[in-house]
Amino acid sequence: MLQIENLEVCYGAISALQGISLTVGQGEIVTLIGANGAGKSTTLRAISGILKPKAGRILYNGEEIGGLAPHKIVERGISHVPEGRMVFPGLTVLENLRMGAFRFNDTARFSKDLDYVYLIFPRLKERESQLAGTLSGGEQQMLAIGRALTGDPKFLMLDEPSLGIAPLLTKTIFAKITEINQRLGIPILLVEQNANLALAISQHGHVLETGRIILSDTSLALRSNPKVRSAYLGG
Amino acid sequence: MSLSDFFQQIINGLSLGAFYALIALGYTMVYGVLRFINFAHGDVFMIGAYCGYYITDRVQAVFGGKLMWASALVVLLFAMAVCAILGVVIERLAYRPLRNRPKLAVLITAIGVSLFLEYGGQFFFGAIPRAFPELIPDLPVGGLGTLVITTNQVLVFGVTVALLVALNYIVKHTKMGLAMRAVSQNATAAQLMGVNIDTVISFTFALGSALAGAAGILFAVSYPSINPLMGILPGIKAFVAAVLGGIGHLPGAAVGGIILGIVETFVGASDYSTYRDAIAFAVLILILLFKPAGIFGKATVEKV
Ligand SMILES: Nc1ncnc2c1ncn2[C@@H]1O[C@H](COP(=O)(O)OP(=O)(O)OP(=O)(O)O)[C@@H](O)[C@H]1O
Ligand SMILES: [Mg+2]
Repeated sequence: MLQIENLEVCYGAISALQGISLTVGQGEIVTLIGANGAGKSTTLRAISGILKPKAGRILYNGEEIGGLAPHKIVERGISHVPEGRMVFPGLTVLENLRMGAFRFNDTARFSKDLDYVYLIFPRLKERESQLAGTLSGGEQQMLAIGRALTGDPKFLMLDEPSLGIAPLLTKTIFAKITEINQRLGIPILLVEQNANLALAISQHGHVLETGRIILSDTSLALRSNPKVRSAYLGG
Repeated sequence: MSLSDFFQQIINGLSLGAFYALIALGYTMVYGVLRFINFAHGDVFMIGAYCGYYITDRVQAVFGGKLMWASALVVLLFAMAVCAILGVVIERLAYRPLRNRPKLAVLITAIGVSLFLEYGGQFFFGAIPRAFPELIPDLPVGGLGTLVITTNQVLVFGVTVALLVALNYIVKHTKMGLAMRAVSQNATAAQLMGVNIDTVISFTFALGSALAGAAGILFAVSYPSINPLMGILPGIKAFVAAVLGGIGHLPGAAVGGIILGIVETFVGASDYSTYRDAIAFAVLILILLFKPAGIFGKATVEKV
């Protein structure tokens, strides 16, 4: 489904990714863990076209998408829920969800996708006409994920969905992520600081360290790997 | 000042404010999506007036000198269309190549574009002022006592209100308007939703420039002597109006324009009339000192 080969990305003179490779298969959840500044968000930004790769390839269903404009990548059904949520604060919840479906002109489809979003996040329905900037952090995260779902994604990338959210709500959100993956069969590339949770719901994981993948394995194996345990799982 | 004088000044102030409002909207919309002040915007307004100057006779001839309102409408739409295209071309050629460069580079370029239009205008249209043709015979259409409303004022108010309503509809109820608002709130997130940012920026320039073009026609109708430097002062004042309302805030720009127009008219009618043109700058200094975010703006750190 998604295949990255020797991807290099830099910000000006600073190199952030120094040749990483990974794949996400059909229906899979793959997780990317690593310390602050390791290059996790950079990886997602390169896939969604916000950043241009300096070298390497990004293949989606066998086609090169590296370097395409972000809207061209969204057109293919790749959806990126960015770090820090980035909801549109001055738009209502409904308008935010409408933005998620921007690539479609079909209102029947929108109302169907909207129903699904409201089904998994009933809170959003209650807040439909409220400005997104006035939502709580957790609600904004639901909105950010919901907004990706109204775009009917074929491939979903989530950047730290647990960031700044209470543990209980984090559990709920992770349960929803699993549900989205299983019910809709959408493959997910998940970036998380909370490695425990991320490895619990994913099939494969990669450990990123200063722009390099230093370890790739099944999530199960990573959870019992002593190095991962001491560095990312708190012992 | 008698009561009827007072109302007369209000009418005059509203009509002046209407020009400022229409121009200010362009500044504020472009600021919204690009976070930059398009200093060439006032000159687009001037081009709008010249469009009217060159086309009015021809349009009126086509209508056989009848249906003056219809021919006025055609002239207006023509000027708006030319200015919309001009705005898109300016952005495409002058600003887009500098999109990821420091803001200062774009600001200086905008000043360059402004000078180019002003002196290009002098070259092509001549530096001498031209008499703007009469779009509609300017007759009193109604009044109350000594208070008079003329055809031109009806034209100015009618067109301004119609344009504001149309703009509000576009921004609030169309997909492109939603995209504009999204881009102005978070351009990266808008891109992640599949918005082609270039399209939105072009659309914004087209919209803002069309409004400036309309303002150019309405201004020339009210003050029928036009010259290639006529955009400078209204341009700066409309910029002040946009800052007054809170830059990036659409209703703010309209309200700022109206306030400035009224204040300026009253100063002009007072004993301090020589300070008429200075008032905008006094307003600018006061807002920057006491309420830099403008009447409707929220305080933010990041500016230009
Ligand atoms: N806009 C930028 N300009 C310059 N350097 C940047 C920029 N964004 C990120 N970097 C650098 O690139 C490297 C990778 O950053 P990235 O945001 O991908 O890290 P991350 O793994 O997502 O970290 P975190 O867990 O803190 O979100 C860091 O060293 C960071 O300082
Ligand atoms: Mg990150």
